[in-house]
Amino acid sequence: MTMVTDDAPATTAKTAEGREAGLAVHDDKHGDQLIGRTVTINRPRAELFAYWRDFANLPRFMDNVERIDTLSSKRTHWVVKAPGGKTVEWDATIIEERDGEYIAWASEVGADVPNSGSIEFKDAGDRGTIVTATIVYDPPAGVIGKVIAKLFQREPAIQARRDLRRFKQLMETGEVATAAWTRKQLEEEKG
Amino acid sequence: MRALTWHGRHDVRVDTVDDPEILNPRDAIIKVTSTAICGSDLHLYDGYIPTMQAGDILGHEFMGEVVETGPGSTLKKGQRVVVPFTIACGSCYHCGKHQYSACDNGNPADNQDIGQELYGQPMSGLFGYSHLTGGYAGGQAEYVRVPFSDVGPIVVPDGLSDDEVLFLSDILPTGWQAAENADIEPGDTVAVWGCGPVGLFAVQSAFLMGAARVIAIDHFPRRLELARKFGAETINFEESKTYEALMEMTGGIGPDAVIDAVGLEAHGFFVDNVVDQIKKSLFLGTDRTHSIRQAIVACRKGGRVSMPAVYGGIVDKFPLGAFMEKGLTLKTGQTSVQHYMPALLNAIVEGKIDTTFLISHRMALEDAPKGYKMFHDNQNDVTKIVLKPDFAVAAD
Repeated sequence: MTMVTDDAPATTAKTAEGREAGLAVHDDKHGDQLIGRTVTINRPRAELFAYWRDFANLPRFMDNVERIDTLSSKRTHWVVKAPGGKTVEWDATIIEERDGEYIAWASEVGADVPNSGSIEFKDAGDRGTIVTATIVYDPPAGVIGKVIAKLFQREPAIQARRDLRRFKQLMETGEVATAAWTRKQLEEEKG
Repeated sequence: MRALTWHGRHDVRVDTVDDPEILNPRDAIIKVTSTAICGSDLHLYDGYIPTMQAGDILGHEFMGEVVETGPGSTLKKGQRVVVPFTIACGSCYHCGKHQYSACDNGNPADNQDIGQELYGQPMSGLFGYSHLTGGYAGGQAEYVRVPFSDVGPIVVPDGLSDDEVLFLSDILPTGWQAAENADIEPGDTVAVWGCGPVGLFAVQSAFLMGAARVIAIDHFPRRLELARKFGAETINFEESKTYEALMEMTGGIGPDAVIDAVGLEAHGFFVDNVVDQIKKSLFLGTDRTHSIRQAIVACRKGGRVSMPAVYGGIVDKFPLGAFMEKGLTLKTGQTSVQHYMPALLNAIVEGKIDTTFLISHRMALEDAPKGYKMFHDNQNDVTKIVLKPDFAVAAD
């Protein structure tokens, strides 16, 4: 039996018990690594949900995702950048959805990188909407492990934090901030 | 274009680099007509600020003419604008509260990691001030890409010269915010450490906010003289004991409010400064902090401490006991320039605030490396250098 005596999110747990408790509540888990990040975005909940629900939008702020094709209302095909100009791909299915509040998806059998994720939207009064992203994944060892490390820019938690910041920038300001001053620099930045 | 670039400690050069382009809808491109070297640029010059990279374009005090606009910009070609040094989106929660220097979005996502790790939360972007604050190319150049140009730049009315309005970009609002953060009440005595541009504008602002007396502290006679012109009494810390003088000049009470406009390069040759310097060389701490310690100790019981001075790291020997026992209040932060610009522009138009007194030198942009060295070596005579891209290069 796990011993969790506080109200802090499982993604901030220091103990193995706390992390397991977090994984246990995650449906259809696809790995043993749990990361989560929360950001407050000064826009209405419905607008943020609608933008995210169209998965083809996600590459605009997810730096490592080259494109996401919509296969059907529940299924998407992900093409994600890998080292050496290569890509890794998988199909994903929406496994749970509550309109305006919550979307959970998981990779299908045969994915290069088994993973699942969810995004939750909660009203935050005059501060807008609290958005929490959670990702569960299974980091493989060896060569593939290195690909994954690159895929997530060393640390998946940092990657998720950066992607969420870009999502916030895009929703609040209509653009993604860059310090580049030429098109060439901007393209190099996006890699 | 030509631009002043950083290459290391005491190594800045004017290089030819690519011209900036419109990259986001709300961008504008500004052709720089005037840009100043800030005292905080000397922190970069001296190598005190981490995350600088070779080739970074410096400069965060600049103004010029709009030459290109993105579809989301509200500016028009040909307008003259002053650009705030803080890059703020105008749309986030903090901008909504006019806390522009705390903007969530002005700093690119990847660069926010550094601030998040160092300070707990990332700060806004700044022009030309290390990658901690975004890595944006600065204004000591012929052209600048200005993001969120519908929020930041203020259009200058006809009839005002560059010299009159340039300092709206940083040091005038910074001096004003410093005085505002001191919560000055009518009749107060306010002590200001440092008679650089920020300190001198804080002196003027404090009087406008109702201070009865302002006591200015420095060791450069020319800077003390400027403070005296605005009605301040002065203490030269090389000639007089600062704490003792402040106590005697305030009837044994201490100043009601104290403003530290010195920051991390305090020049006093005191034991704790020397210790700080040794620690800095051993990477044990980055900030030399005599002025803030002295300000806290001198401040009257229940008084207010305002700290516009730039600090970057962690300090020790902070007089926390004096701070707590005397019940002081401290306010600080990078300046929310966008919040103050309209009112301060009016104050300039109405002649309530003088800005041009500060400028001691005008030079060509090409001469900027000479300007940095001159400013660094002679802070008595050099109070402010304004660089003009279209000035002819001075003969040696």
